[in-house]
Amino acid sequence: MKAKVLLSLVLLCGNLAAPTARAGDAASPVPAACELPPYLLTSESQLPKVAEAIKAGKPLEILVIGSRSTTIPSSEGSSYPARMEAILKEKLPPSEVVHVSVEIQSKKTAEETASTFVKLMEAKTPTLVIWQTGTVDAIRSIDPDEFRGAVTDGVVALQKAGADVVLMNLQYSPRTETMISAQPFLDNMRVVAQEHDIPLFDRFAIMRQWNEQGQFDLFSPSRGPELAKQVHDCLGRALAQFVIDAAHLEPAQQQN
Amino acid sequence: MTIADQVTGSTIAGTAGAKPAGTKLRAAAPAITLPAIGERELRLDLFRGLALWLIFIDHLPPSLLTWFTIRNYGLSDATEIFIFISGYTAAFVYGRAMLESGVLIATARILRRVWQIYVAHVFLFTIFLAEISYVATRFENPLYTEEMGIMDFLKQPDVVIVQALLLRFRPVNMDVLPLYIVLMLALPLILWSMKWRPDVTLGLSVVLYAVTWEYDLYLSAYPNGFWAFNPFAWQLLFVFGAWCALGGARRMSRILASRVTMWISIAYLVAAFYVTLTWYVPQLSQFMPKRIEQWMYPIDKTDLDVLRFTHFLALAALTVRFLPRDWPGLKSRWLRPLILCGQHSLEIFCLGVFLAFAGHFVLAEISGGPVMHALISLSGILIMWGVAWVISWYKRVADKSGAKTKNAVGNADLAGGG
Repeated sequence: MKAKVLLSLVLLCGNLAAPTARAGDAASPVPAACELPPYLLTSESQLPKVAEAIKAGKPLEILVIGSRSTTIPSSEGSSYPARMEAILKEKLPPSEVVHVSVEIQSKKTAEETASTFVKLMEAKTPTLVIWQTGTVDAIRSIDPDEFRGAVTDGVVALQKAGADVVLMNLQYSPRTETMISAQPFLDNMRVVAQEHDIPLFDRFAIMRQWNEQGQFDLFSPSRGPELAKQVHDCLGRALAQFVIDAAHLEPAQQQN
Repeated sequence: MTIADQVTGSTIAGTAGAKPAGTKLRAAAPAITLPAIGERELRLDLFRGLALWLIFIDHLPPSLLTWFTIRNYGLSDATEIFIFISGYTAAFVYGRAMLESGVLIATARILRRVWQIYVAHVFLFTIFLAEISYVATRFENPLYTEEMGIMDFLKQPDVVIVQALLLRFRPVNMDVLPLYIVLMLALPLILWSMKWRPDVTLGLSVVLYAVTWEYDLYLSAYPNGFWAFNPFAWQLLFVFGAWCALGGARRMSRILASRVTMWISIAYLVAAFYVTLTWYVPQLSQFMPKRIEQWMYPIDKTDLDVLRFTHFLALAALTVRFLPRDWPGLKSRWLRPLILCGQHSLEIFCLGVFLAFAGHFVLAEISGGPVMHALISLSGILIMWGVAWVISWYKRVADKSGAKTKNAVGNADLAGGG
């Protein structure tokens, strides 16, 4: 399994030479702390519906389905969905309406979350769903094969409802590394993303990169929200860039 | 680990004073043959020691040193080496006990060993509990409120602790000892069957392995999932080790010495190396035929994929060929630390798991730079060596005075593992 995933990683890395993420612009300079190698922000898979909506000037409705790590307790405005919304608004033409809504299903496994998708998609009709999952399953050490099945079912349900899908994996959490075995879940999400040709936002690798490069000290035991805010800001920026990139928006369709 | 006998004594003293007790045994049991007592296989100790070091490094977060572990160069890793050697040494020691003292006595000794491993496992679990409780109370970074959900099990210690005692709740990195306990529990049966027909026993083991793959046998774990190392599959390596110890290796010597085997092994290892290379050097993967990829992946560790098993066989075949039993280097000072660690494998294995916990802890609480990381890896290995030395000192000096009655009973260390 690991091998399979590594293999797909390889495919991803094949993009190393691909055009660099178009980050860094006049409107809001990217903080140095957010810097990432381009391969972490590119995907071979595409988001045709997002591209279509923007081309047609239709509003871009994004739904983030997540869990507790989608938000920062008591400062939702600084969480990555909110930051992504702000950055997308900056980067897309002013005429483009961007709206991000968040659906938090805390302490639910992928299977439990996926079972709500049909109803959820009836209530909202997003152009793009960003589904962040895996943490609860890893904590409960759900059978990785079952997890893969659940993620597959969820992705299929979302696609059937007519949305583009981006999968987002676990946070890199060095403190709990000895307690939570993330690898099988990371691997399986990558496999599902590859099988369904949908972009995978590799939150785990991105955060690990920041930690290793010393941009953030993710070991920090600090109780204050500052670190969380900064990390979410960077995640939101990275995610916005990732979406723009995967939708293959022409520079003309971007603000800058 | 109070049991020590000439086997230990002689190796630590440099394999002097061997007793030729093996000859009598051989006459008694034509089905299996044991090497003469005293000729302790230093190669086994060496590679088990190496496996212990590699397992320790693999349990730490990835660092530069991780690139020296064999899992980056092929399909199998240190776990295979460890289980195989454990099967080999366990059969060697308790097989002798079974021939000498009968099934009952050998079984009793094996069960005592199982108990020791079990206690070691529970000890490690206690340390894990202490660590997780510490983190739970000290660590409140709002970025990780969700991950702290792992602490939820502390809310129902009644269930969790019982499940841990039943070996069903195994925290990360604590999967090997339960596997070893189950394999050791099966050892009396394996040995008894080997005494009768070694080849049939090996055949049965292969059948069980195949059935496991065909019908998906597994042991469930708590709260979800299954054992990370499936004993029904991994027993193959253990039984194969036992089979080799009880004369199989000798009978295979012609195959092992043949050039055809050598070239097949080399070819396989090179191919496997290429496969692993494609994981790290993306550009290479385009030269991999899609059909082979589809056939090959996933390479399953839980159920000991055939590709992993054969990779281990190829490694072993080449090792046996190019590293003769009487290679003078085995006595060199430089390999001494590895051999010492391999000789006290249960203790050193547990220590390694503990050190990995502690290493994570230091990285988390003090600093996480690469220098610290290297320091932790190196000092971990030094500690393993030091403790192995102390243990052998106890056996050699401290315990010598009291027990004069020791004789060639099952040597726990030789059979050790975990």
